[in-house]
Amino acid sequence: MIVHYGYLDASGEYFITVDDSKCSVCIEKGCIKACPKSIFMESENDYGEKVMMVKDEVRKMLKYICAECKPSVNRPPLPCVTACPYDAITHSW
Amino acid sequence: MLMGKKDYWRWSENVYIDRNKDWRQGEIITCGIDVGSVSTKAVIMVDGSLYAYSVIRTGVNAQENAKKAFFPMEEETGIKIENCSYIVGTGYGRINIPFAHKTITEIACHGKGASFVGGKKIRTILDMGGQDCKAIHIDEEGRVTNFLMNDKCAAGTGRGLELLAELLEIPIEELGTRSFDIDEEPEPISNVCVVFARTEAYGLLKKGWSKNKVLAAYLRAIAERVSSLIMRIGVEPEFFVSGGISKNVGIVKRIERIIGLEAVKVDIDSQIIGALGAAIFAKALYEKERGII
Amino acid sequence: MYFAGLDVGARYTKTLIIDGDARVLSKKMSTSGFDNNIISKNLLNNLCMELGITLEEINKIGVTGCGKKNIDFANYEFSETMVAAKSVFFFNKNVRTIIEVGAEESRVVKLNSDGRIIDSVINEKCAAGTGTFVELMARTLEITLKDFSELSMKSEKKIPMNAHCIVFAESEVVSLIHSGVDKKDIVRAVNDAIASRIASMARRVKVEAEVALIGGLAKNSGFVFSLKNNLELDNIVIPDDPEYMGAFGAALLTREL
Repeated sequence: MIVHYGYLDASGEYFITVDDSKCSVCIEKGCIKACPKSIFMESENDYGEKVMMVKDEVRKMLKYICAECKPSVNRPPLPCVTACPYDAITHSW
Repeated sequence: MLMGKKDYWRWSENVYIDRNKDWRQGEIITCGIDVGSVSTKAVIMVDGSLYAYSVIRTGVNAQENAKKAFFPMEEETGIKIENCSYIVGTGYGRINIPFAHKTITEIACHGKGASFVGGKKIRTILDMGGQDCKAIHIDEEGRVTNFLMNDKCAAGTGRGLELLAELLEIPIEELGTRSFDIDEEPEPISNVCVVFARTEAYGLLKKGWSKNKVLAAYLRAIAERVSSLIMRIGVEPEFFVSGGISKNVGIVKRIERIIGLEAVKVDIDSQIIGALGAAIFAKALYEKERGII
Repeated sequence: MYFAGLDVGARYTKTLIIDGDARVLSKKMSTSGFDNNIISKNLLNNLCMELGITLEEINKIGVTGCGKKNIDFANYEFSETMVAAKSVFFFNKNVRTIIEVGAEESRVVKLNSDGRIIDSVINEKCAAGTGTFVELMARTLEITLKDFSELSMKSEKKIPMNAHCIVFAESEVVSLIHSGVDKKDIVRAVNDAIASRIASMARRVKVEAEVALIGGLAKNSGFVFSLKNNLELDNIVIPDDPEYMGAFGAALLTREL
């Protein structure tokens, strides 16, 4: 299952997409520790796979929470994306 | 800002009973209840086929909604909550259904429900609810393979449409048809945000645009926006639309035009798909618990 | 010498006239209405009457703001970013970060020590991060914008706002009122919410002191307090007429052309 956490509002699209089929094979879940804002957690999806999920309370504010990892110029690689060995995480913005 | 003098936003509650069936003759009676932010839906299935449903407005008392949604069916047929073998709750208020045996996310329920009524070829589902909008991909089993939910922004939700109905003083149930009563399709309005769009719509009225033309421009903007959500997960036939807004032809037809795909039409109230999915899950869960399958 | 600056905003049009020495001679604002051109011309005519001059005596007119394209009598058009940089730096050469919160958009502009723009970010088209958010919440709470600012400072309790969209936030505020939450705490929650959104936008350009705040929301001291807290700043520079800074910048730039 591919899950898109985030939202679309009038200012843009802010989605973090997780491919559960790739994520569920990962034991480490290094992304959870890599995020400086601790927005991820490990949980079971509807089909019983252990996957990384974006916490409920931050889903509607990703644009703001992720802002520090996304400076307007010279953006470095995102820590969560770098930490994922399976390329399961993508950001839409 | 919701309560206008004439309540143009107010949509009607309804109840349906399949009079050809009798629940007393059934073996497995399951119930699905979808407590949404704006409406609460209850569905009763008898031996795996649809028997009754009811749609009410969600009230402020969270504990009461599920019971109130069930009640119209009890009034019509005498069935009581205790007569149901298994009850599954879903929707945003699913934690507030004291008599539910289990709760399941609305994403999974919509997938199941759409596959049941629309057929196994359904791959893309768009659910436009009162306060959110979901785009879902399912496989032929009705299992979710890809989804997104937008519940952060009111644009493209029922609440946004209620505000539009109030602004234009057009009953919400007429918005769709009246948006086609125009000479030529206008460009969409430029603001997506409901609040800014309202100012823009007001400006267009002042400029002499007819209400219907403003309505068309507004609905087209909503359709474009919702279409971009579908395109994010990808458009794959066949396409199914559910939720309260699916009754608005002004939005649905415009979405079909943008994504180049017609929605599968069914003669069932598309607002109940989530509750129906929950009732289908309820049957499977009941059978599993009883060791029937 | 007379130079006029016009800032045709989404909600309000601000206009002022300066002389050759950049002194503000007169200023006025009104709601922008639906015909930006007529409203702006009327405002400018009123200013001229006040100064005892005719419109023709104004040497040059510069315009900015989201409605600038609708004005047919201006000599120059300037971007909102440029006028903000110009006017703020004119007042205070130490400012490196300008935060502007308007009715329908907010922006952060980064300056170098020469006052040149080196970076900027903008939040537009979504009311959650703009002054409209505060305005509508004040209306829902049935209090004036002035009271809004004062009440916020009296609150000692932090309550969370869960809704982000202005439409949903309105329902949330209504239910908070019904459940007996003190208005001053709701007001503070609104200010905190908008300040946190503006602050995280500002962090994208790496906030550097001094920080200046302009736009109508700068008059809301509750918001300023929340913003200071969020950005961990001891001081935020606020010009005397924060809502006129766009118009002033337009007039200054016009004077130099």
